[in-house]
Amino acid sequence: MAANPADLSAALVLTPVPAADWLVVLPPAWCLLVGAVLLMLRKSLHLQALIAIPALAVLVVIDALLLAHVAANGPVTMVMGRWLPPFGIAFTADLTGVLFALAGAVVAFAGSVHALADIDASGRRYGFYPFLLLLMAGVSGAFLTGDIFNLYVWFEVLLISSFGLITLGSEPRQIDGAIKYAFLNLVATTLFLVTTGYLYGIFGTLNMADIAVKAAAGRAELPLMTLATLYFLAFGMKAAAFPVNFWLPASYHTPRVVVSALFAGLLTKVGIYALLRTLVMLFPVEREELSFLIAIVGVATMLLGALGALGQSDIRRLLGYVVISGIGVILAGLSLGSPGGIGGAIFYALHSMVVMTALYMAAGLAGRLAGSFDLNRLGGLYSRSALFSALSLVLFFAASGLPPFSGFWPKVMVAKAAIDIGAWWLTASVFLAGFLTTIALGRVFALAYWRAEVRGLPAQSIPASALLPLAGLTALTVVFGLFPDALLSLVQHAEQSLANPDAYIGSVFPGGK
Amino acid sequence: MNTLIFRTVAPFLTALMALFSIFVLLRGHNEPGGGFIGGLIAVSALAIFGIANGIAAVRRALWFHPMAISAFGLFIACLAGLLSAAFGVPFMTGLWITPTVLGVEIPLSSVMLFDTGVYLVVVGAITSIALALEAGDDV
Repeated sequence: MAANPADLSAALVLTPVPAADWLVVLPPAWCLLVGAVLLMLRKSLHLQALIAIPALAVLVVIDALLLAHVAANGPVTMVMGRWLPPFGIAFTADLTGVLFALAGAVVAFAGSVHALADIDASGRRYGFYPFLLLLMAGVSGAFLTGDIFNLYVWFEVLLISSFGLITLGSEPRQIDGAIKYAFLNLVATTLFLVTTGYLYGIFGTLNMADIAVKAAAGRAELPLMTLATLYFLAFGMKAAAFPVNFWLPASYHTPRVVVSALFAGLLTKVGIYALLRTLVMLFPVEREELSFLIAIVGVATMLLGALGALGQSDIRRLLGYVVISGIGVILAGLSLGSPGGIGGAIFYALHSMVVMTALYMAAGLAGRLAGSFDLNRLGGLYSRSALFSALSLVLFFAASGLPPFSGFWPKVMVAKAAIDIGAWWLTASVFLAGFLTTIALGRVFALAYWRAEVRGLPAQSIPASALLPLAGLTALTVVFGLFPDALLSLVQHAEQSLANPDAYIGSVFPGGK
Repeated sequence: MNTLIFRTVAPFLTALMALFSIFVLLRGHNEPGGGFIGGLIAVSALAIFGIANGIAAVRRALWFHPMAISAFGLFIACLAGLLSAAFGVPFMTGLWITPTVLGVEIPLSSVMLFDTGVYLVVVGAITSIALALEAGDDV
């Protein structure tokens, strides 16, 4: 080094990296590592769950530690290969990203346990657990990366793993669902890539903190409206916003139930996260311009989702529409842009990750107990298992946004934020959508749970490995419904750091920009 | 393509290409080459072998399942990134050691380990696709 007089500190990180900063890259790296091990042990079916479930528990712990670290010290950045941003790829965890990552890890952990009962040997032979770990690598990476092209790469990682999961078993019906899912998601991902190409052409940088700085500086002459609109379309497609949401009901009922559960919990929320990141942090002024459009899309998504749920007789299809309706509420929050709106959107997304996963698990168990997913044939679930019925009812209420469960608070936040700016129609649609969802899910409860059994079925018991994750997720929605204060304050801080990303930028460029 | 000449030449060609793929992998640090392109050359070698002698011969020659090979590649690529944790530098920082073996300095690095991982991922993944396409049914 002595022969080389170049000032390395201009290009490289030369200060030692604190061990705690490793938490930022650990979630995706850990998932990739364990996913690789599981793939090597593909033929040892008995080892798969034995490795995957503890590994996902470790992922939950890593994300929880990262949350504690970020909550205490603000956003944390680690750059790849010690190259300084904006040239090195940065991983930056702020509260929004970490909250999403933690909720995702909890959902995946619950899913991995639930899969013990739901995924048979053939599903494991096709590689359920390796795909799950690689999916989580993609999901965690997407939530924690600070580089928009890297975000695209993680989208690809999770998309490819999800193709594997959705075709698990290779039944013709699944291939049919997978083709619709794959095609439309590829269109969205391509649009994302094209837009990122434009963005790179405009800014000459892909680092999100750098983009935020440059966008704020050169807003007047740069064509940022185009970028914001294209991102809204691309990520709206991912998040299943009307009118580009038809891929979701067409595909979510075809895979194994636990796969649907994980998709409902994770995939659309990655789209929501990307919307929040781009529209709130990078292009807030353009989001303001688009707010009426976003609100219209949100209202259409939530109402048509709820109406779609009313019209379905297959529970899994019905839940697909409930997922969509929830996305509408999140978009309504996004359109408002006020602290209450964005905070409500983040809170609702976290709530929806947990509750939608649990609801699909409940649907799977209902199907297992009563031998059908068809509301015309289901019946007598209450007499078969009162505990399971109680859990389901809690989840139905939570998904409809009734108190005292976790869906209530974000809806109140969004509704109040809408009233504050006089958008009574937005508030009305949030409540109308909640009302319609209550009817749709109440109909499920009345028909599948309360109605007397249609025909004699062999007595089926619910295995503990299927019931425990369901109970755990339900407990989460009850706890955060009854004691929302801690989560509310986290969400408010997350919203502040998203709307005012000075701390985020400071973490990427410690020397100032 | 099942001619006597092709069947006789294929093993030699395969060996030569496999060797060349490793050469390309190793020179990739500072010159054109690297894990991805080296891996593709190795896959072409295996494909030639497969066309000449059938899929079963390729599977026997590989010994490991191609999917396991690519998983191992992913594993060591991850490990190469995580090595930096022990040295207080960020993820995936290039670390070098230059041991002297028989009077020759051999520069080894975590970058090379990563590239070898990429090589194996490409070899495993593309080979398993190629074999699956060739076989038609069982993966």
